[in-house]
Amino acid sequence: MRTWLPPLAFGAGVLVLWQVLVLALAVPAFLLPAPTAIAGQVGAQFGVILPTAAVTGGNALAGLVAGFLLGVALALLAAWSRPVRELATPVVLAASAVPIVALAPVFTTLFGSTTEVPRQLVVTVVVVVPVFVSTTRGLRQVQPVHADLMTALAATPWQASRFVRLPGAVPHIVTGLRLAAPAAVIASIVAEYFGGPQNGLGSRISSAAANTAYARAWAFVVAAIALGLLYHLAGLLLERLVTRPRQ
Amino acid sequence: MSGPAVELAGVDKVFGPVRALDGIELTIGAGEFVSLIGPSGCGKSTLLRVVADLEQPTAGTVRVRGKPAAQARLDQDYGIAFQQAGLLEWRSVAENVELPLHVHGVPRAQRRERAAELLEMVGLTEFARSRPGELSGGMQQRVAIARALAPKPSLLLMDEPFGALDEMTRERMQAELLRIAGETRAAVLFVTHSIPEAVVLSDRVVVMSPRPGRITEVVAGRRPGSRPDLAPDDVEDVRESAAFFTAITDVREALRKGHG
Ligand SMILES: Nc1ncnc2c1ncn2[C@@H]1O[C@H](COP(=O)(O)OP(=O)(O)OP(=O)(O)O)[C@@H](O)[C@H]1O
Ligand SMILES: [Mg+2]
Repeated sequence: MRTWLPPLAFGAGVLVLWQVLVLALAVPAFLLPAPTAIAGQVGAQFGVILPTAAVTGGNALAGLVAGFLLGVALALLAAWSRPVRELATPVVLAASAVPIVALAPVFTTLFGSTTEVPRQLVVTVVVVVPVFVSTTRGLRQVQPVHADLMTALAATPWQASRFVRLPGAVPHIVTGLRLAAPAAVIASIVAEYFGGPQNGLGSRISSAAANTAYARAWAFVVAAIALGLLYHLAGLLLERLVTRPRQ
Repeated sequence: MSGPAVELAGVDKVFGPVRALDGIELTIGAGEFVSLIGPSGCGKSTLLRVVADLEQPTAGTVRVRGKPAAQARLDQDYGIAFQQAGLLEWRSVAENVELPLHVHGVPRAQRRERAAELLEMVGLTEFARSRPGELSGGMQQRVAIARALAPKPSLLLMDEPFGALDEMTRERMQAELLRIAGETRAAVLFVTHSIPEAVVLSDRVVVMSPRPGRITEVVAGRRPGSRPDLAPDDVEDVRESAAFFTAITDVREALRKGHG
């Protein structure tokens, strides 16, 4: 209760101030519509907002799952094999430096503008990086006693991964997933700005803005924020659930 | 089969500038109980780790059950309890005890049965489903001992396993360990800081001196043959016998000499 109250009160205060300023100063709508106008649009567009958010959220989820599996698999391979490590690490780190703005148009031309694949791929690239980095960190942090134990038990490298390394890395892996979840939503929205079917939140925002329907554009922005928050909270919840029994 | 459990000949171990072990000569017979005692940092853990093939000696040879240490490790000829419990915190207590059997592909039902048996022995049956994090340090150490015993090894390597236990539990665990070692005819190499513990448990007490880590003296412990006047079976009687106190004095003297 106490942790929720201050941010809620702050948010409400900002909204009230925003409303008063927009009305008092007669701010033009293309600069900033009033919160009441945006809320009105959220209500009016609700039937459209839900399916568009589902498309954007679906792409984020598909990319999140693909990027997660790829990130964990790459980290495992890198932990096992030195050549893979020397190859994968710079490639993944390079992927973290690639701006999605640069990637999205390339993927769209590559796969055509009628599928969701390029958007999901953009999300995948964005997700792989934090998952790979945190999984690698987790796999490296084997306690010396546990390493000795595996040696004493004459465990094979695969057994050592299965019994000690991988389960020991789970908290790190989940943290990587939690960090990647909201980023997946952002990537999914931004990827829509570069063509493809006009069915997601990103495309709705840009088309509404292009049609000078500013309050409507903001209504979709609100939906995008809600979607990002949803993914963030889901990630947090998952992290709590996984790490709680270990203390 | 009846050859010595462990043979160390001319074993040196050097860590950079530190001579952790220097010219170690030690033979542990099959079924023999040998304690290692000496000041902190004198190389007791290192000696144990060399036998376990977790550390390679700089010079000398190490044979376990007549084989090179590495082969003995691969053949799983020993069970080990480390100075820290080293339990896997994501596994339940029972699953931790099962770990060696799990790694070696023993069927689940058999593993369960053995873990239940061992947890009963260390008095932790009601904690079988708990996580190690919910146990006290001493209880975790008992789980680690049960884990070491799970595959019924013919050689037990134990590094201060009872250090974290209260006095009463400690004495009970000592008696249990003696019983197990007797029943399974396992040889034991046992590191401890406690003189009475070393004397009560051992056939021989190996006294070490620090820097360089050397064996300075070997004192006969309470076992029959080594000290006929010490009762062989009842640990409680041993603790009160005169011979027990003589043996303690012998070890203390040896430790003092090593220091001077
Ligand atoms: N991996 C290592 N690298 C460098 N030095 C080491 C290593 N392991 C042990 N040593 C050194 O070797 C010496 C003996 O260490 P060891 O752990 O065997 O002592 P110990 O007798 O078990 O001490 P304690 O009773 O405190 O456990 C110490 O001086 C220690 O610093
Ligand atoms: Mg030690």
